[in-house]
Amino acid sequence: MSETVKRKSDTKMVPFPSRAIVPERDLGKRPVLECSHLGIDFGGLRAVDDFNLTIGKTEIAGLIGPNGAGKTTVFNLLTKVYQPTTGTIMVNGKDTAGMNTVQANKLGLARTFQNIRLFNQMTVEDNVRIGLHNQIPYGMFSGILRLPPYWSGERKQHEKAMDLLSIFHMENLADEKAGSLPYGAQRRLEIVRALATNPSLLLLDEPAAGMNPKETEELMDNIIKIRDQFQIAIMLIEHDMNLVMGICEGICVLNFGKVIAKGTADEIQQNPEVIEAYLGRQREDEE
Amino acid sequence: MKKTTVTKFLRKFFPYILVIAAFFICQSMIAAGTMPRTTKSLLIPVCVYIVMAVSLNLTVGISGELSLGHAGFMSIGAFTGIVIAAYARQALGVPETVQLLFAIIAGGIMAGIMGVLIGIPVLRLQGDYLAIVTLAFGEIIRNVLNCIYISLDGKVLHFSFNRPDLPGKLLFRGPTGATGVSRIATFTAGFLLVLFTLFVVINLIHSRSGRAIMAIRDNKIAAEACGLDVTKYRMMAFVTSAALAGMGGALFGLNYSTLVPANFSFNASILILVYVVLGGIGNITGSIIAATVLYVLPEELRAFADYRMLVYAVVLIAVMLITNNQSIKNFLETLRERSREKSEKKGGEAA
Repeated sequence: MSETVKRKSDTKMVPFPSRAIVPERDLGKRPVLECSHLGIDFGGLRAVDDFNLTIGKTEIAGLIGPNGAGKTTVFNLLTKVYQPTTGTIMVNGKDTAGMNTVQANKLGLARTFQNIRLFNQMTVEDNVRIGLHNQIPYGMFSGILRLPPYWSGERKQHEKAMDLLSIFHMENLADEKAGSLPYGAQRRLEIVRALATNPSLLLLDEPAAGMNPKETEELMDNIIKIRDQFQIAIMLIEHDMNLVMGICEGICVLNFGKVIAKGTADEIQQNPEVIEAYLGRQREDEE
Repeated sequence: MKKTTVTKFLRKFFPYILVIAAFFICQSMIAAGTMPRTTKSLLIPVCVYIVMAVSLNLTVGISGELSLGHAGFMSIGAFTGIVIAAYARQALGVPETVQLLFAIIAGGIMAGIMGVLIGIPVLRLQGDYLAIVTLAFGEIIRNVLNCIYISLDGKVLHFSFNRPDLPGKLLFRGPTGATGVSRIATFTAGFLLVLFTLFVVINLIHSRSGRAIMAIRDNKIAAEACGLDVTKYRMMAFVTSAALAGMGGALFGLNYSTLVPANFSFNASILILVYVVLGGIGNITGSIIAATVLYVLPEELRAFADYRMLVYAVVLIAVMLITNNQSIKNFLETLRERSREKSEKKGGEAA
């Protein structure tokens, strides 16, 4: 716990356009994400209802809630896997209505998946190169005929991929098959691949799941490092409260598809509704 | 250190080396007159089936879509090639090599266009549904060809649907197909076409576009989340595969004096698929070897008449069992590891 306290960010959260709050340093900069009244129905079930969220340009935000609260559904809405029934999503000031996943990615949304989705039969480096696909392009015919754009493109992709892999010290794994990596390394590779698409908002779905405490510690350091180095916003879903309370500046709590609380780690920990819905129950379990 | 570079080089260019070596062996055998006539007549079809297998491997192995209509594209290439070659001979009066070149290019383009037209509806589907619809399109192509009549009147090509009363000389007459085709296909052309196919497919796989195609095969949802245009890359693989099949078909068509659409039935598609599956899905060298062995085997077994198909079936089953047998796989894996350890040891000593 002492680790957590040491790490806890002392960012002052200030109101952005009226209701929303963002880190003080992001005030006056265009927020990377603005959701308003976002909702989706699955048949008769209201999976997410009236979801409002603003994420500052370099904020690390957390999305927590009990199982089945609709956290991953929110990610799927943001990345346009599902089209929302109501509400709007603005990414870097652009409305994403009617867009598909590919367009959302090009606009700056990259994500990882709760159940890891790597390109298992391809090498680690090639997985990252897929992330770089739209960053360092050259055409099909240059590729087949081995024209100069192929050689320069391949060299740039290789250099950039190695650069990105070095964040997690995975350069030596570059030629391994992605599917043969240990679980923790697969999660890290997914983050690297998402980062390669040059996002302005990185969505991490349970990045620490299946990691041991030491790996989680490293992950926390790396998430902060990524934010500082790339100056991007990161939003994460996580059940590991040490991680969430340790690095998230703004936290949003979801229960049965509705936001029940928003605020800093301290505010969330003291919110009676959250304690009742989530933390309180967990504490009982532990005793 | 040097040794690993050499092995890397060999591994990278193995399919090319294999094909070139086979070509020179066959050529020297022909020159020495030691090759039997029956075997000699198999050379061009073998080249064609290697092209077919490698191109189908691009769809099935690399793009991960089970296509059962590959013979359809082959037939389009074959009949386009026959018509274009005849037109080039009579209307343009170019030499045979140029006729063949025109025919192959036209066959590839025509099959590529059909690949786009068929790809638009088919690539909306996945898995079993895609397989069934490609099967249907293969049959549709054959049945449409059964109704088409093409004639050459002077320098003008005439087309008609279900009406054989066209002016000039009929080049292609529906169900009876093309007859009196001048056999201009050569083994050298086949060899060059195989090299071309390998060049296109291998370079495509090891490029940005090829990686995108494989990524979509491995995980479509993740590929979309990485910003890959799924339809574009599935289409790229499908159309490239169709165009190469069309080129192979053109060469095939110009190797026989008579060719009917019924030659390109569902069975022909399955035959090509068998080569791909037995050679190893996604394995280019495997496709080359499987197409060669499995095409030549039944022809060479004609001497055993009654037992021919029996032996063929036994070979098919044996290959299937051996390539899927875990203990044999483990044995090969240990061999590979041992050789790797050895080379590492040597590398260490050298350093």
